[in-house]
Amino acid sequence: MVALPAPAAQRSAPADVIAPALIFVALAAVPLVASVGAQTYVLDLVSRIMIFAIAAVALDVLIGYGGLISFGHAAFVGLGAYAVGILSAHGFGDALIALPVALAASALFALATGAVCLRTHGVYFIMITLAFSQMMFFTAASLAPYGGDDGLTVRARSTIAGFALMRDALSFYYIVFACLLATYLLCRALLGSRFGRVFCGGRENPIRMASIGYDVFRYQLVAYVIAGAIGGLSGFLLANAVEFVSPAYMSWQRSGELVIMVLLGGMGTLYGAVMGAAAFVLAEEWLSGLTEHWKMIFGPLLVLVVLFARGGLVGLAARLVRSKA
Amino acid sequence: MPITLLIVQILNGLQLGVILFLIAAGLTLVFGVMNFVNLAHGVQYMLGAYLAVMFYGLTENFAAALVLALAMALLLGLALEFAVFRHLYDRDHLDQVIATLGVILFVNQGVKFLWGAAPLSLPIPDILSGSVVLMPGLLYPVWRLVVILAGLLVAALLFILVAYTRVGMLVRAGATNAPMVSALGVNIRRLFMIVFGFGTMLAGFAGVMVAPILSVEPGMGDSILILAFVVIVIGGIGSIRGAFLGALLIGLVDTLGRSFSVDLLRLVLDPSAARTVGPALASMLIYLLMALVLFIRPAGLFPAQGR
Repeated sequence: MVALPAPAAQRSAPADVIAPALIFVALAAVPLVASVGAQTYVLDLVSRIMIFAIAAVALDVLIGYGGLISFGHAAFVGLGAYAVGILSAHGFGDALIALPVALAASALFALATGAVCLRTHGVYFIMITLAFSQMMFFTAASLAPYGGDDGLTVRARSTIAGFALMRDALSFYYIVFACLLATYLLCRALLGSRFGRVFCGGRENPIRMASIGYDVFRYQLVAYVIAGAIGGLSGFLLANAVEFVSPAYMSWQRSGELVIMVLLGGMGTLYGAVMGAAAFVLAEEWLSGLTEHWKMIFGPLLVLVVLFARGGLVGLAARLVRSKA
Repeated sequence: MPITLLIVQILNGLQLGVILFLIAAGLTLVFGVMNFVNLAHGVQYMLGAYLAVMFYGLTENFAAALVLALAMALLLGLALEFAVFRHLYDRDHLDQVIATLGVILFVNQGVKFLWGAAPLSLPIPDILSGSVVLMPGLLYPVWRLVVILAGLLVAALLFILVAYTRVGMLVRAGATNAPMVSALGVNIRRLFMIVFGFGTMLAGFAGVMVAPILSVEPGMGDSILILAFVVIVIGGIGSIRGAFLGALLIGLVDTLGRSFSVDLLRLVLDPSAARTVGPALASMLIYLLMALVLFIRPAGLFPAQGR
């Protein structure tokens, strides 16, 4: 194994505060800037970026800090989305019901699968998380009462305690923004805590952690459950954003895309995952506008990023700053 | 009738099993020897099928199409190894996964670009088409039997190759401790290329064999790749024997589960509930099996020695 980048806590303090602050200020200002042009289009696009960023930040906790390469994170997103879809089909359209169910469903799934997955290491872990998410994909595809392969339409965006706050593009944008900010702050606080240090220690040297008396497995399982629940939050928002739920949300390509976002932004930084999500969605938007066969461009691009741009966008920015100084 | 249906489904399960073995064998050897996670292995299976369709169109001869498709698949595989994969052997698993994912995106889309998104098919050679009566009331397609036999034959050859030849010895040694093999003066890069090329051919062969019975379409390698992952996780990474038994187990459990889950559930549930739960349960079955195996033996049933 090549050494993973140092956790953010060990990096220079200003960059670690300034960069995320700039990102969130920019995101908060998007609606103001967008109001001059095609506002709904921009708001929808950036909302989508932030929804994926929520899942990617949680995934970065696992990959970048815990060394747990989960290749099945889309399953949690899909579970959260299906919670919204299925509840809405039965007439429960309020976030006060749908959100807790979405979080609980994905957390429970994370608990059950994590208990098996975390017994294994390295490439086994990658393959097993992948296999479990594929299991959810096929399960969702065989749910005939809820649309099966074709997916199901969400009747209307969730209300929040009866108020239709999510139906307006602008207020939906700020709800998503608040969720992303809360996710980021939660993950940051978690990693800075004693819990986070033990969790990162599990990546650095599990044997030493065990010999000083920590049961690393438990810490990893808790982190896995938290990351899963955050994935569920992302799914809850995604289902509301597109008002449609489909098994494709859980496909392994989606899981791969989330890992790409983490790697593209620069893993082990949390805010890098936000940048990675933006880069991915924008690249997709731009390239797919150029040609229907955009994946023939994106695939090789990905290979080049892996081979030559280590540390992703954050690493690139750090190198730029260093060469100027 | 049920007994003939059972036999048919067992044969179908065996057929899926040997196909899975052909893919999983390459995957597990490549990972065992090179410590390289190749998500793009399924792409070779797809390319095998597409190339066979293409060469059949040119030559109108199945045997010629088979040989040409295998040769071409090998060339393409080695080209990919040269251009991308060999730069990844020293990287961590995350880099390998993402880069090979990039390769999948490219090749899947490339196939769509060249041959279109619509499924293609390959005709069964005339002498092997039609069905054969296995027992009274039991007709079975000849081609499926051919697939099973060919798969078992290749498996036997592979066993002999790995267990009794010099290259096989190096492969086993490499799976146990590649740096040590290299230190003893073996050209490890060349060994890697041989193993990789061999795995590529096996997957391509699987693709050609299923082309007459499945639809040949972009992305056909992806879902079977994940099944192959399940196989090698159950069998133990790096172990040919594990891959073989794992593949047959998965092939049988998946096929029988899908055929009989609704009927079995009907014994305990009412028919409409059984029709809903059955398919969902059947699609989860192999993953639950995998979870069970891992719970009992985290390194699989037959872990390769020394890792």
